[in-house]
Amino acid sequence: MSSSVTVPKSALPPRRAQSFISRLKAGEELAYLITLTAAAAIFLITTLVLYELIAQSSLARHKFGWNFLFTSIWDPVRGNFGALPFIYGTVVTSILALLIAIPLGLGAAIFLAEMAPPRISNAMTFLIELLAAVPSVIYGLLGVFILVPALQKNIVPAIKSVFGSLPIFQGAFYGVSIFSAGIVLSIMIVPFIISVSREVLLSVPREQREASLALGASQWQTIWRVVMPNASTGIMGSIFLALARALGETMAVTMVIGNTPQIKASLLAPGYSIAAVVANEFTEATDDLYLSALVELGLVLFGVTFVLNGLARILIMTTEQKGAHK
Amino acid sequence: MNPNSFLKNLVNYTMFAVTGLCTVIAVGILFFILGYLVYNGGKSLSLSFFTNLPAPVGEIGGGMANAIVGSGKVLLLATLIGIPIGFLGGVYLSEYSNEQIAFTIRYVTDLLNGVPSIVIGIVVYTIVVHPMGHFSTFAGGVALGIMMIPISVRSTEEFLHAVPQSLREAALALGAPKWKSIVTVVIPAAMRGIISGTMLDLARVAGETAPLLFTALGNQFWSPGWNQPSATLPVMIFTYAVAPYDDWHRQAWAAGFVLLTLVLLINITARMALSRGTYVPRG
Repeated sequence: MSSSVTVPKSALPPRRAQSFISRLKAGEELAYLITLTAAAAIFLITTLVLYELIAQSSLARHKFGWNFLFTSIWDPVRGNFGALPFIYGTVVTSILALLIAIPLGLGAAIFLAEMAPPRISNAMTFLIELLAAVPSVIYGLLGVFILVPALQKNIVPAIKSVFGSLPIFQGAFYGVSIFSAGIVLSIMIVPFIISVSREVLLSVPREQREASLALGASQWQTIWRVVMPNASTGIMGSIFLALARALGETMAVTMVIGNTPQIKASLLAPGYSIAAVVANEFTEATDDLYLSALVELGLVLFGVTFVLNGLARILIMTTEQKGAHK
Repeated sequence: MNPNSFLKNLVNYTMFAVTGLCTVIAVGILFFILGYLVYNGGKSLSLSFFTNLPAPVGEIGGGMANAIVGSGKVLLLATLIGIPIGFLGGVYLSEYSNEQIAFTIRYVTDLLNGVPSIVIGIVVYTIVVHPMGHFSTFAGGVALGIMMIPISVRSTEEFLHAVPQSLREAALALGAPKWKSIVTVVIPAAMRGIISGTMLDLARVAGETAPLLFTALGNQFWSPGWNQPSATLPVMIFTYAVAPYDDWHRQAWAAGFVLLTLVLLINITARMALSRGTYVPRG
């Protein structure tokens, strides 16, 4: 950091001349206006995103109303659009991803924030941040060529031999499926759960831990009964954030989910997700109604992630402020 | 030993092991990914990958030179669009706005950051591609540019906040007007952080695929200028990976290897620069 402060030549006492003062004022106002415009632009862009989604989906919204969300026939040729299979695929893959990612992510976050020696913790955190930076198309690539074959050859037969009687593991397995998409998604959201939860845990005041340890509690007891309850709201926030990410994830899911619009009880059956159908069909949409239906899918995705992100931010802020004020 | 405290310690060490294992698994995934890409990508990588155009279907060989240049052009445009807005917005948040407005803008920025990238693609299609009548490099740049704004705002704001108040006061006490103290003292002091933040931002959008699918689209040939559909590295990986040709799969691995190397290198450089800074917090 450079602490040398050079005196600007124009920073003379403002008494000198009236015009000089007004020029200075003008510079001040100009700088203010330029930055204000940029800040306002952020506002406008977010509004524009919402406006365009609403405006461009009006055709489909007026034709199908709420039925769009609750019917399951997707027939571009006859102009009949129902989004239920996509909503189902999106929700099930995301829940599956959370079921795997929450225990793994929280465990790692606790280790990094509370248990590991600082040096190890820093190095591991650095690597986790790199993991979060891996582009989703790379996860898709590995999903297609590594995970899907591995599932097909070894993992799914093993699962079937144990849990084969459960309805969620029935039916033939072709590799691409809701199950595969859920696993790829879980791997993708683990780094987010880890890094946000870790920060939330670190914001719990030190005194709380010390008080608990002084009373004779072990480190784990302190974490489980003192730190975690204090951080629970923020951790909830990190989970919402991860869920929002999973719901909107496109490339990796598109590559392994099978792209078949159907609702099956079995996780091993191929499915389809909202983001995947938009990615696959948007450039093929020839008539206005088709395009409008796809934009409406985008609107649904936008709405859900908007609410989840908003909630998540509030939860995380609440916890971190609670920590800061004590 | 007291059986109670024995149990206590047992649970303690077990949980240490379990949570440690979770961390090892998570970090292991990174090395797993790296390993596979280096193995499969390195095997398929050759000089022609960087210099040749994609080969027609059925012919072996060819490269992705046009996609590398295309990605570069899209990212350049995205930076030119996203960074000025993000940077100036961040300056406004940190230096000019009051608490209430700052809170609102910050919140909106976070929400924009959370919008799924495919939705940004849809919106840019409706506001750029549709009126223009065709897919273009320009539209791809706009899509990624919008995606760059939120991170740029937040990192600029954070690093400006970290500049000690005393530096600002010193500049003002010497008679500098506020804007001049911001331009000549505050921003230079935060420059290292801001540049690192920009690099991280760039690395994030460099791998984005979904918003390019229906903005820049793709192209098997060179795309001169800014007005034609253009190939980009991430979209090529997607197209080649889902295609049924073995040679294309090899190309996809090579492209994935190049993309991941690029993204991770930028990340590592930026994060190293950050942690060596004296007072700047991690972004």
